[in-house]
Amino acid sequence: MSESLRYIQAVNAALTWALDSRTDTVYFGEDVALPGGPFGATKGLHKRFGSDRIFDTPISETGFLGMALGAAMTGLRPIAEIMYADFSFVAMDQIVNQIATIHYSSAGRWKAPLVIRMQQGYSPGACAQHSHSPEAYFAHTAGLRVALPATPDDAYQMLRTAVVSDDPVVVAEARMLYPTRGPVRTDAPVEEIGGARVVRPGADVTVVAWSRMVSAALDAAETLAADGVDVEVVDLRWLNPLDFDTVAASVARTGRLVVAHEANLTGGFGAEIAARAAAECFADLRAPVARVAAPDVPMPAAPALQAVVVPEAATVVDAVRRTVRA
Amino acid sequence: MGLPDDYRLMARIRRFEERLAALKDAGEIPGSIHLCNGQEAIPVGASRALRDGDFVTATYRGHGWAVARGVDLAGLFAEMMGRDSALCGGRAASPYLSDPGRWFVGENSIVGAGVPIATGAALTAQRTGSGAVSVVSIGDGAMNQGNVHEALNMAAVLDLPLVLVVENNVYSEMSRISDMVRVKQLAERAPAYGVPGRVVDGNDPAAVHEAVAEAVERAREGSGPSIVEAMTERLVGHYSGDAQHYRPAGEIAAARQREPLARVRAAADAELTARLDAIDAEVAAEIEAAVTAARAVPYPDPATAKEHVYV
Ligand SMILES: Cc1ncc(C[n+]2csc(CCOP(=O)(O)OP(=O)(O)O)c2C)c(N)n1
Ligand SMILES: [Mg+2]
Repeated sequence: MSESLRYIQAVNAALTWALDSRTDTVYFGEDVALPGGPFGATKGLHKRFGSDRIFDTPISETGFLGMALGAAMTGLRPIAEIMYADFSFVAMDQIVNQIATIHYSSAGRWKAPLVIRMQQGYSPGACAQHSHSPEAYFAHTAGLRVALPATPDDAYQMLRTAVVSDDPVVVAEARMLYPTRGPVRTDAPVEEIGGARVVRPGADVTVVAWSRMVSAALDAAETLAADGVDVEVVDLRWLNPLDFDTVAASVARTGRLVVAHEANLTGGFGAEIAARAAAECFADLRAPVARVAAPDVPMPAAPALQAVVVPEAATVVDAVRRTVRA
Repeated sequence: MGLPDDYRLMARIRRFEERLAALKDAGEIPGSIHLCNGQEAIPVGASRALRDGDFVTATYRGHGWAVARGVDLAGLFAEMMGRDSALCGGRAASPYLSDPGRWFVGENSIVGAGVPIATGAALTAQRTGSGAVSVVSIGDGAMNQGNVHEALNMAAVLDLPLVLVVENNVYSEMSRISDMVRVKQLAERAPAYGVPGRVVDGNDPAAVHEAVAEAVERAREGSGPSIVEAMTERLVGHYSGDAQHYRPAGEIAAARQREPLARVRAAADAELTARLDAIDAEVAAEIEAAVTAARAVPYPDPATAKEHVYV
């Protein structure tokens, strides 16, 4: 069975599933319970599940992510919401030094089965402090799983996978995708963690993208098809665990690779994909790997500046053309 | 300085915010805006205790502080319109703008983050012996942010000239402060830092002025930080698109009776009312002129997008 849902409704459906099917889950964050979340992700959940299962926290990100860890270590399965990914930086110690490391540093004797749910990326007019795409920080941190759902269906499936994972998972949604609608398989079994997906087959060039840039890549592919360039689009979905095999298999078919993300170029996760391709796909590559990313600037608020900073479909088109010509 | 002066400044802020909301509705403001309608008496009363050279740090709800400290009105509008303003070149917009020329350390859109930064400005004032003070405004909810605690304690042990103004509008976004703390007043935390704390009527600029002036004097003398908690209410949503379904029926209507401008109006006789009407008309013209000037500011040149990342 599949239902047509908006991305944000798919998140709500996954959270409903989590609170309903697992009695060890608790959900907390700012404005999530009574108000139903600043974007409506938790609408109706407090009414249905009550304050024992879902509650509002003070504006204390370090405090409540640390609380999530302690609760996870001792028997609960917390899902903690960071309202904007930018605010995760306030709580970076708990994420990097604590949540990510306890399993390893206890030789597996402690587990941290928790989810940090957040949404990321720019929106028109949003300032530098509300526009970060911090996935590379999390992917750089050993011990964290990192999910970036690009469609309503993945918003549902990947969040459920995150909830049942016994590793800590950062689920970073894209605010700009919240209004998008698509079919959601609400009766599908919970998927295994990880797995990239070829979302558009093509013969000439592989574009690897995640989050908002998947739809940009698909739009770019349409434009390029008119020019006779056949683009294969891979939605990476999970940065950890990383399914590089799917990327490598695609590059083996196309011989060309473009990686596209919204985050800044330098040290972005695209660099990791490019490095892996250089190491593992060298013989298949017929052109240098190209990266599509924001330039290395804090996000400006003015749309006139955002227009040249934020990568869009046209940026992907340019990169593919350069790659195909090379 | 007296009643009409405070009124004029409060009216300027109110008109600024109302005009901004209209510009937002008309599609001239790209990002979200957080208005301070109802809270004007706080920046106005506090700023009257300050002089040039004193630092002010605020939040995304800080337009009132910018206006009260004399930041150029046209520049503020232009910045929020995403234009190449002389303030921040369109890079900061409504929640993060600043103006070093007016010692406005700036707004901040990370809750609580301004307090340690303002503590640093207080450190500069202390170490340079400039005699300046550093005033920082935050909301009630920000008092639960860890860095606020760290900064306050540091300011206390270093005897820094810091004045923390907590604008308690009883909500943080959609949550009530009474659900987020177990103390009745946030100023009750002051003794825990070993600093003075006071609660004042934040809708009365004279009461705010008196309390902040006392804290400023103490800071200038080298006796360290203080907390002033100003009780107030938001007349509008948390941000531009907030439907405020979480607010009980009648709450905003009641707040409209208590808000600072209505209060002055309610107590005014016919003669004062005529003066206030004249002030309103002057302020409206001044704001309109600022909007016109702002509209003449060009949008930033995309070729400059990478400028200013580094010195
Ligand atoms: C670190 C951080 N966490 C969460 C937010 C989201 N947020 C923005 S304003 C706000 C409420 C702040 O309430 P309060 O401090 O009372 O100030 P007010 O908005 O009422 O002026 C929240 C939670 C943020 N900007 N920064
Ligand atoms: Mg508040």
